[in-house]
Parts: sequence; C-alpha cells; structure tokens
Amino acid sequence: MSQATLRVQKISGHAGSVPGYDTQRQELVCKLVDTTTCIGCKACEVACVEWNDMPFSPTVFDNTYQTMPETRWNYWNLILFNEHECEDGSLQWLMRKHQCMHCAEPGCLEACPSDGAIVQYTNGVVDFQQDHCIGCGYCITGCPFNIPKLNSVTKRVYKCSLCTDRVSEGLEPACIKSCPTGCLHFGTKDDMKDLAEQRANQLKDHYGLANAGVYDPPGVGGTGVIYILHDVTKPELYGGLPKNPTIPLAVKLWKHPLKWLGNLAIAGGLIGLFVHFLRYGPKAREEEDIRPLGGQS
Amino acid sequence: MTHPEQLVPHGHVLRYTLRERLTHWVAAGSYIYLLATGLAFWSPWMFWLAAVLGGGQISRTLHPWVGLIFFASVLFMFEMWARQMRFTAVDRQWWNSLHYYITNQDDKMPPAGRYNAGQKMLFWTFFWAGLVLLLSGLVLWFPERIPWSWRWLRYVAVLLHPIAALITIANFMIHIYMGVFAERGAFGSVIRGDVSMAFAKRYHPGWYEEIVGPSEPPK
Repeated sequence: MSQATLRVQKISGHAGSVPGYDTQRQELVCKLVDTTTCIGCKACEVACVEWNDMPFSPTVFDNTYQTMPETRWNYWNLILFNEHECEDGSLQWLMRKHQCMHCAEPGCLEACPSDGAIVQYTNGVVDFQQDHCIGCGYCITGCPFNIPKLNSVTKRVYKCSLCTDRVSEGLEPACIKSCPTGCLHFGTKDDMKDLAEQRANQLKDHYGLANAGVYDPPGVGGTGVIYILHDVTKPELYGGLPKNPTIPLAVKLWKHPLKWLGNLAIAGGLIGLFVHFLRYGPKAREEEDIRPLGGQS
Repeated sequence: MTHPEQLVPHGHVLRYTLRERLTHWVAAGSYIYLLATGLAFWSPWMFWLAAVLGGGQISRTLHPWVGLIFFASVLFMFEMWARQMRFTAVDRQWWNSLHYYITNQDDKMPPAGRYNAGQKMLFWTFFWAGLVLLLSGLVLWFPERIPWSWRWLRYVAVLLHPIAALITIANFMIHIYMGVFAERGAFGSVIRGDVSMAFAKRYHPGWYEEIVGPSEPPK
C-alpha cells in the first residue's frame, strides 16, 4: 500500500526513474528476533493472521509443534521448530520466527518483470503490490528464503508486508506487539543491531554460548529482519536458514549479462539486416524479373 | 506434374500444400504472440507490449497455452518436413559458399534442393529450441509447484528459456528478412502455395530438376 509517508526507492520491472529515491532522509526499520528467548507460543502467528485479516486455513500436523510445513499466501509468519542434538548429547529445541527478511537487495524485486508489482520503501520494507502482480512467480525463483507464495485462485503472490500500514503510522508490526517474552523488538536498523550485539555478547559472556551472534546476511545487503542465534555459525539448524544467502546466480546472470547481451544482439541484428538490405537489396527486383539463371533473357 | 488439390497458374509450380501453409501460419501466429508477450516479461522497456495485448495478467495466463499450440505446430512440421530437412553433401557446399548467397551472387551457389541449408538450419533450430522452450516453460508455468529442494530446476529454467528464445529470435529475424524482403515471391508462396518456375530454378535448382526432369543439354 503506497502511503505518503512511505516513499518508494526501488521498483520492480521499471524502466524509468524512481520517485522516492534519495529524496528524504529516512531511517531503515528493522525487526530483531532473539531466538534464545522465543518460547514458541505462536502469539505472533495469530497476531499476523488477525491484523492482516487473512482467512483461516487448516493446519498440518506432522509430529512437531509447528503449525504447518512452510508459510502460505495467507500465513506469512511461522515459527519453525527444530530439535537439535548437540555434540555432548544434550538437546536443543530451536525455534525461529520465519517470515520475509526484507532484504536490502531483494531477489524477488530483481526477478519481477511487472512494473511496480514489488517496491522497496526508503525505510527498507519490501512490499508486494498485488494489483500490479501478473502471477508469473519469478519472485519465487528470485527469493533465497522461500518466502513468496502464490494464491492459485487470484494468481497473485503474497508475503509479509512488515505491517506497512502500521509502520507508516508509527506503530510496531503486529507480531512485535503480541510477543509476551520480549524476544521480538522493532526499531531502526542501527538500534536493533546495537541491541543484538549486546545480547550476543551477553550470551557469550554469561551463558557459555561461544558462537552466539547476529544473523544479518551481507550477501543480500543485510536484512530488515535480523536474528540472534545461539550458534551463528550454523544457521541451517534453524529450519534451513541459509548460511550466506544471495540472489541466486542464475537470476543475476539472467537479469544482467544475458539480458543486455540479448538486447544488444537483437538490436544489432535488426540494424545489420536493414543495412544489408540497403546495400544489397532484394535478390531480384520483382518476381517477374526473375529469369532462369544462365538462360536467354 | 499434376497437383489435384489446387490449380496453379501457367508457368508456376506448387511449393507448399495447404497443410504445409496452414501449419506454417499456426506456427507463425503463435510464435509472434509468444515473442511479443515474452519480450514484455523479458525487459521493462518492452513491458508495454503486454499492456497492448490485454495486460500483464492476460499475457501471463495465455503465454503458456499459446506455447503449447506453437509446440504442436512444430511437431506437425517435424512430421511433415524432418525427412526433407536432412543435411546433404550439397548443403555442406552451400554453407561454404554462404558469402555468395549473402552478397546476392546466387549463380555461384551450389544447387539447393527443395530447402537450402539455411532453411534446414531454421527448421532444426526451431525444433530443438522449441523442445527446450517447452520443457523450461513447463517449469516456469508452475514455479510454485517446484519444491524448495528442487529449486535448481527453476534456476535452470529461467536461464534456458530466454537463451533458447534468443536463438529462435535470431533465426526468426533472418527468416522474415529472407521471406519478405530478400527473396521476392517467397512470401506469396507460403500464402498462395505456388512459385514461378523461374523462382524454383533460381533459388532451388535441385528441386527444379526434380520437377522438370533432367535439364536439356547446354546449348
């Protein structure tokens, strides 16, 4: 939803300039998820469905506490439950709030061919505009986190909007508001990074978690959702959080060298054929002019 | 030579049967639609093509279905023409003399049959690229059905689909240029079906010989 307070700095499938780029000083916003204090209560899941008025959908029970295997077009926020056996035989129950990461360099936006179907606001939020979505699913291919989900009826793609309607009015996202343990925080990116580093140091110094750290992957330019992990060297344990997510190489090749080489080749070919015609013309002027070669004319 | 299905004017010869012409135009119509909508998805600078053709959603919905029609016409062509499109020794000579063909010195070309080596290349390019476009296109049709652990399939598809399309575009541009601009009489032949004997003798001497029998001894 485009709002006066939300200026656009990146537009998908867009040939011209971008209206909000560099026009206003704006703080990046950020969600901080502290997996070490998450208790898996799923209040954030409920708050998300409720605030965004999404239709209820059936859950899938597969012998864990997890509501369903992955997020859906109408279920943007999912706690992933993972049981991990440590080397010393003890068990870790890892819970991670999984949702759109709001990448600074979003693979979905990079892949999207439709003008304005995906935008990034100057506060860093990546937002899908369903009225411009053509349902091609390129964003599904572009995303390194498996987030965009297609609604097979409307043929549009949906995901977490970071509650732009709330954030643009100065409120925190619904999930943050609902969290009972304070494991979810919301604020500027700088503040959240400071807070996250403090907490990571605390975990190292007082809880014996030598590998505790902050997950803010540089491969996608940093994210608008950052995690504090017990062991930042093994993000895969938290339901397949990629260690070094980037826009997929195939998408980069497709959208950059291949596109420009292809366009150059097409333009060059058209010019070449035109010049060839100017130089050599048709093989024979008129069909009637064609005389059998070598015969008398 | 008699052609029971169609009357041809005196001094002309049937080059394409009705079945061949219909298949050609189903392929041409569907290819041009696929090209226009495909270019719209390819670059923001050409997205206006989708707007002209009814909008992005309609283009996204119809592109795969029209792709199936196109591929069906390619299969028809394969069934009709594959045997005639085999490369021969004359074709190899023809390739080696390509510079004469490009500079309109057709009298220096080795005698092409019903199809010259360039036309054969067009045929095989469209057949193999069409197959790649079909397979990668099926993945792009339903990207949401590909499980996360199989996502490499999507990565392969988003690269192969445009690469194969670009190869067909190069061939398509040359095909249009030859058929509409360079060889006068070629465009009419795929509409009316016939070409003049002079056209046949000039561009397809091997085929001409097949029609009229061995040529008279030189004077």
